Amino acid sequence: MVSDSPGKRVGKGTVFVKVEVCKGCAYCIEFCPADCLRFSRNYNAKGYHYPVLAKPELCVGCNTCGQYCPDFAIMGMRYKDIDALEATKSAVNDDDRSGAEAPGRKS
Amino acid sequence: MNPTEIMVSDADEKDVDTSRVAPIENPVLSMLRQDRLPHIWCPGCGIGTVVNCFSRALMSSGHDMNNVAVVSGIGCTGRVAGYMNLDSFHTTHGRSIPFATGLRLANPGLKVVVFSGDGDLFAIGGNHFLHAARRNLDMLIVCVNNFTYGMTGGQVAPTTPLKSTQSTMPFGNFEPPMNLPFVADAAGASYVARWTVFHIRQLVRAMKEGMEHKGFSFIEIMSPCPTLYLRRNKLGDGVDQVRYFKEHSVLKNGANTQDVAITATDPIVVGTFVERERPTWLDSRNAQLTATLGDRFVPYGGQNVQK
Ligand SMILES: Cc1ncc(C[n+]2csc(CCOP(=O)(O)OP(=O)(O)O)c2C)c(N)n1
Ligand code: SF4
Ligand code: SF4
Ligand code: SF4
Ligand SMILES: [Mg+2]
Repeated sequence: MVSDSPGKRVGKGTVFVKVEVCKGCAYCIEFCPADCLRFSRNYNAKGYHYPVLAKPELCVGCNTCGQYCPDFAIMGMRYKDIDALEATKSAVNDDDRSGAEAPGRKS
Repeated sequence: MNPTEIMVSDADEKDVDTSRVAPIENPVLSMLRQDRLPHIWCPGCGIGTVVNCFSRALMSSGHDMNNVAVVSGIGCTGRVAGYMNLDSFHTTHGRSIPFATGLRLANPGLKVVVFSGDGDLFAIGGNHFLHAARRNLDMLIVCVNNFTYGMTGGQVAPTTPLKSTQSTMPFGNFEPPMNLPFVADAAGASYVARWTVFHIRQLVRAMKEGMEHKGFSFIEIMSPCPTLYLRRNKLGDGVDQVRYFKEHSVLKNGANTQDVAITATDPIVVGTFVERERPTWLDSRNAQLTATLGDRFVPYGGQNVQK
């Protein structure tokens, strides 16, 4: 399962954190407009605290956290976009990365 | 937010599994050489955020990425060239602009972006900066100003604020810092802006504007160097500095660049300060030689444009 099952959803969006990539800088936590992230009590293998969605009901999936992250370790997504993506994923072939924000390298 | 609040962590994996896999890869990564990640920048360093913004500016610019090149000098910021998934060049210290000049003139179809530090562009490379601006060479200069020589251990830079201590200024800096937008403006740059690492959306827009602008574009980005500037000056962590930028910036588009010097007490002036039209170096050269030589001169557009 790649995302929360609809029954578990409490907000409009969610975040995906690559725990081992995070350097614990707190940019995401500080600048989240909904103030819904906090550091985990736990450390990653490098010894940094990483963010968790402490108030999932407040997350709107705006990806402001992801836009600040210097290490590309966190990404916010709206459930609406996740669902649309998964619908197209099962319909279309895999390397079509649809979604407004994924133009990638054109050649 | 109060810094200590950040550490509160009642929620944990039992509530939300944050380590689950996203349905798509972070789109920003398509602009980066992923085999080189994680990058070398310290926790709380702002350079990664600037690269994040630059990647998104590239993605939404609509340019063919085979037609964009990044040139960097030496320094922590100079490492950017090595991480971009583009044709990129990591040149010698201070020489990113001469290299970019040759690249651009040999191939005028190319979008050339110079990405480097305050020391690289304004200390050892200052002379090149002045003349490229004077000539209005068509390129974008992205300068990450972290007020120090990060890579070599925090020596005093031409941007270090007065009274700050640095490894080569242990008793406080007494050399007045440069006002970078003023220097760029005075030398003839035709697009000049300043933002900070806090201003991610404005920065993406400015980077796109700077790439589209015909002529010499300069963007100064104030960025935290927690390891060698902030710690030595007891200014907290990277996030504290970015919060400071947020709280102390004032937007003044079109501000007189003479009035935008960074001081310890004044608000930080951000915005687009200069946007003017001037013929680029290539346009001026073509016009001048056509005027004197007439038909005997074939205007130069470069190898991709005409023979
Ligand atoms: C010719 C030469 N002189 C000096 C150096 C040492 N050196 C490497 S990076 C650097 C300064 C970098 O400062 P800046 O451009 O501000 O980059 P930052 O690391 O702060 O991003 C210096 C002096 C060098 N590599 N080459
Ligand atoms: S996606 Fe937006 S609301 Fe959700 S955690 Fe990130 S910044 Fe906050
Ligand atoms: S911004 Fe990125 S690196 Fe910094 S704490 Fe958040 S996830 Fe970790
Ligand atoms: S030394 Fe300073 S500029 Fe260099 S990576 Fe570390 S924080 Fe960033
Ligand atoms: Mg520097």
